[in-house]
Amino acid sequence: MANIISDETMEYVGILAKLELSEEEKEQAKSDMGKMLDYIDKLNELDTSNVEPMSHVFPVNNVFREDVVTNGDDRENILKNAPGVKEGAFKVPKTVE
Amino acid sequence: MAKQYETVIGLEVHVELATKTKIFCSCSTEFGGAPNTHTCPVCTGMPGSLPVLNKQVVEYAIAVGLATNCSITQYCKFDRKNYFYPDNPQNYQISQLYLPICRNGGVEIDTPAGKKTIGIHEIHMEEDAGKLIHDEWEDCSLVDFNRSGVPLIEIVSEPDMRSAEEVIAYLDKLRLIIQYLGASDCKLNEGSMRADVNLSVREVGAKEFGTRTEMKNLNSFKAIARAIEGERARQIELLEEGKEVVQETRRWDDNKEYSYAMRSKEDAQDYRYFPDPDLVPIMISDEWIERIKAAQPELRTEKLERYKKEFDIPDYDAEILTSSKKMADLFEATTELCKKPKKVSNWLMVETLRLMKENDMEADDLSFSPENLAKLIELVDAGTINSSVAKEVFEVIFKEDIDPNKYVEEKGLKAVNDEGALRATIEEVIANNPQSVEDYHNGKEKAIGFLVGQTMKAMQGKANPGMVNKILKELL
Ligand SMILES: [Zn+2]
Repeated sequence: MANIISDETMEYVGILAKLELSEEEKEQAKSDMGKMLDYIDKLNELDTSNVEPMSHVFPVNNVFREDVVTNGDDRENILKNAPGVKEGAFKVPKTVE
Repeated sequence: MAKQYETVIGLEVHVELATKTKIFCSCSTEFGGAPNTHTCPVCTGMPGSLPVLNKQVVEYAIAVGLATNCSITQYCKFDRKNYFYPDNPQNYQISQLYLPICRNGGVEIDTPAGKKTIGIHEIHMEEDAGKLIHDEWEDCSLVDFNRSGVPLIEIVSEPDMRSAEEVIAYLDKLRLIIQYLGASDCKLNEGSMRADVNLSVREVGAKEFGTRTEMKNLNSFKAIARAIEGERARQIELLEEGKEVVQETRRWDDNKEYSYAMRSKEDAQDYRYFPDPDLVPIMISDEWIERIKAAQPELRTEKLERYKKEFDIPDYDAEILTSSKKMADLFEATTELCKKPKKVSNWLMVETLRLMKENDMEADDLSFSPENLAKLIELVDAGTINSSVAKEVFEVIFKEDIDPNKYVEEKGLKAVNDEGALRATIEEVIANNPQSVEDYHNGKEKAIGFLVGQTMKAMQGKANPGMVNKILKELL
């Protein structure tokens, strides 16, 4: 494996993804990520200087909606998925910037 | 000698577009609904839901780009900006990083030193987040996703501004352009236009920029001006003390007139953007751009010139009348009805501005109808009411948009054009004020003014002043 993921990188990625991993899981993730980066390195061996970057796998573009309201009030159903409900709102742990 | 500092300012302006539906779903964008009543699986980020782009959002973005001299990115796409926050249900915001829809534009502003162009780096389309309400009682936060998915454009300027005045002039220019296009109502106090200020200071003559901070929570032009002054002073003080400015986001508290560093989210600003695989690219053809160009409504400068030419309105008045879309619309609609542009302009320039100032109102707050102003102008022209009564009636129109015809009838405000009645009253006034009559005959022209006043008082202000004058002179 050419790419070695450091403990710091693992820590940082964990914070970004909001994941708490056990030591064992961290080792596994480090090895998985290393392998992924190796694969990317392999792809990078190809000369793509004359290839347009692909931004979508389907050769489709311009899929639009007209600006017409068709959704009504579906609050009851939407709130069924909420962790908690208060006054018609999703209730979550206090979050202040 | 003390060091001289220069302020360098760039702006990120978010504008809520005036579409009926959200950017990626058919939920209403209407403001003020009960929490979560304008939501669906897409704008609450339910797994498996798929966004579909609102065509009108693209058209508004192109229109704003064209009106701000940008080049349109004819192949553009959406990217995901990843971060965790409860107001962001998908854990990513759909935005544009790599290929924003408009680039390399600019608008011209007036400064005391002459015209100056403020560059626009880019304009991109994105979705708004939901709203968090903090519940002190239960120590929790409540999330309302009605605003989640409301379409925004973010207009990113170059760091071309050097003072609060330039910032206000630039914002005002953007606001007028966008309002005239009908792409947004751009109300700072209601959040449909929001400005984040990036500010740094450097010694005059320095080539490198200083470290900048970003200020948020600015919801009026006055707050923006104060925040710029406050932050400039804070940064200069740090530098003078030999300290460093820290690159951070600060929240302006307009009551305390001070900005506070926002607690940085525990993670660094690493948004890991990548193309959104749920949305296909947008191809904007030359024809499409041409169609939008052709449909572009008259903008401020064109309107101003037209008012001067078509209606013979003086320069200054035309400036004021076109200084907001609302005022210009009122002027045109009223003129259309009564065909008396000069009189309409006069009512807007004098009484309307006076009442706006007295009530601390913006043009957007005006609520009277062109129909009622036109009727009032007709009443004065026909001599049905005199001009001082008209001013009183206008105050009521201004406040409550009443029908002046009915109001004048009900309140008995019609001018007395009955010469017989007027003559009788004047004879009485003359008999009761021998001193003034004598003064008049002794050459004191002013004395007649007093007699006119007495007559108007006796007639409860409803006499036709021209007639009063004429009869008075005749009888004297
Ligand atoms: Zn929705």
